[in-house]
Amino acid sequence: MKLFKSKLMRLTRPALPPEVKDDPIHVRIRDVHKSYGDHHVLKGVSLDIHRGKTNLVIGPSGSGKTVLMRQLIRLERPDSGQLLVNGIDFAKLEGLDLAAMRRTFGMVFQMSALFDSMTVFDNVAFPLREHTDLSRNEVHDRVMDRLAGLGVAGAARKLPAQLSGGMQKRVAVARAMILESEILIYDEPTTGLDPITTEMVDDLIVEAEEMFGVTSIVISHDMASVVRIADYLSFLHHGEIAASGTREELLNSEHPATREFVRASRISLD
Amino acid sequence: MKLLLAPFAELGALSRLFGETVFWGIRPPYRGRLLVEAMEFIGIGSIFIVSLTALFVGGVLALQLVDGFRDFGAENQTGAVIGLALAREVGPVFAALMVTSRAGSAMTTELGSMRVTNQIDALVTMAVSPVQYLVFPRVVAGFVMVPVLTMLFNVVGVFGAFFVAVTLLGLDPGVFMDRLKWLVDWDDVSQGLIKAMVFGVAVTLIACRHGFYAQGGAAGVGRATNRAVVQSAIAILMLDYLVTSIVLGEGLF
Repeated sequence: MKLFKSKLMRLTRPALPPEVKDDPIHVRIRDVHKSYGDHHVLKGVSLDIHRGKTNLVIGPSGSGKTVLMRQLIRLERPDSGQLLVNGIDFAKLEGLDLAAMRRTFGMVFQMSALFDSMTVFDNVAFPLREHTDLSRNEVHDRVMDRLAGLGVAGAARKLPAQLSGGMQKRVAVARAMILESEILIYDEPTTGLDPITTEMVDDLIVEAEEMFGVTSIVISHDMASVVRIADYLSFLHHGEIAASGTREELLNSEHPATREFVRASRISLD
Repeated sequence: MKLLLAPFAELGALSRLFGETVFWGIRPPYRGRLLVEAMEFIGIGSIFIVSLTALFVGGVLALQLVDGFRDFGAENQTGAVIGLALAREVGPVFAALMVTSRAGSAMTTELGSMRVTNQIDALVTMAVSPVQYLVFPRVVAGFVMVPVLTMLFNVVGVFGAFFVAVTLLGLDPGVFMDRLKWLVDWDDVSQGLIKAMVFGVAVTLIACRHGFYAQGGAAGVGRATNRAVVQSAIAILMLDYLVTSIVLGEGLF
């Protein structure tokens, strides 16, 4: 009997009170520390992620971007500090509460991380099959609708290895957004891609934001490629947020390391 | 000092993974399809290699025992001793070793590849427990299928021994089977099956543990697979002694 009840016990995202939905700050990261042995990587990171906007976290290699991303999605637990998502401290959650809260996030990994043994269709259908009681037809319709929206419906029966890097990214976005997550995190989305695909991925981030109304967090060292789509930027340097603000504010920052990074990226407000 | 503590750290990591496997395994959703797939991979996929090794192991045991027993005119006991050896020791140990070399190594490689390409992280971010999704079905499949393969090994092993002892070396078939039935009873077979269950859990858990925590790209996956196979083989032989001493009630300390 328990077997038949199992679907009713699937993880559901916590409901949000109206005042939280209207809060312009979606995630508040406060004084987050993370060390590996003697290596202190995150040294008290604090920053705000703005609701419904594209938030870019940039920094040179080794600055702690990926470590920050892993704390943010709770692939790892911070040593101390708060990750307030819709007012709930994500850093303190454990077990089933943590698993339920993860549904707030969708994640697009650097190498897309599509399940290589499944077709594109099955990859995108996976979260629906795991977390909803939708019928086979409903799953089919929703997956095909999402794939069509992102321009990869024709690849539904292909394996991820048969797709180009840009198409894999689109499928990864479709999978990350199929459960209508509130926050979409992109880890180094344009690293290793050619300029045309890079521009396509940038447009995809904007497209996903407009189409699904999500909050986007883009973690990248490739400032030149993603700065044009960012609403808010934070510069991570040696495990600390060195500068933070709108695109204009960050590009005009007086912080020496930020200025140097902007200069080296050869970008300007023009 | 670190080297001395390494086995205990490994044991701790395995115990922790086993605890997590039980924790997540008893919770819904229950994924019957994944369990059937894992059982098919470990069980059905190993039938050929287990049968082939059983045939030759049974045959070589018959060769050695007939030759040895003839020196003091006891070759009539060949069937009995082979039956006992297969049921209690050789069947479960060889079946587990074959599962390790075929399925265990493949499991480590598969999970390791998933780890280094962030597919396991992707499961986590989709609020799916990777232990529940990847480890639990494999461990249960090992627990169920290694005893089944052990029974297969026993039957094919006896057939191989019978063929060599009776057809090639001229032993009386009636005496061979009669002595086997006289000495080997259900307690001997069940002792082997208990061992097989323990081995099944151990080898799948070790394989999953090394794949699950693999790091360092393709080379890291290769190292993880190598470690998993070596550790599994050692674990089978150590657990064999431990379970035997518990079942027989002697020789533990």
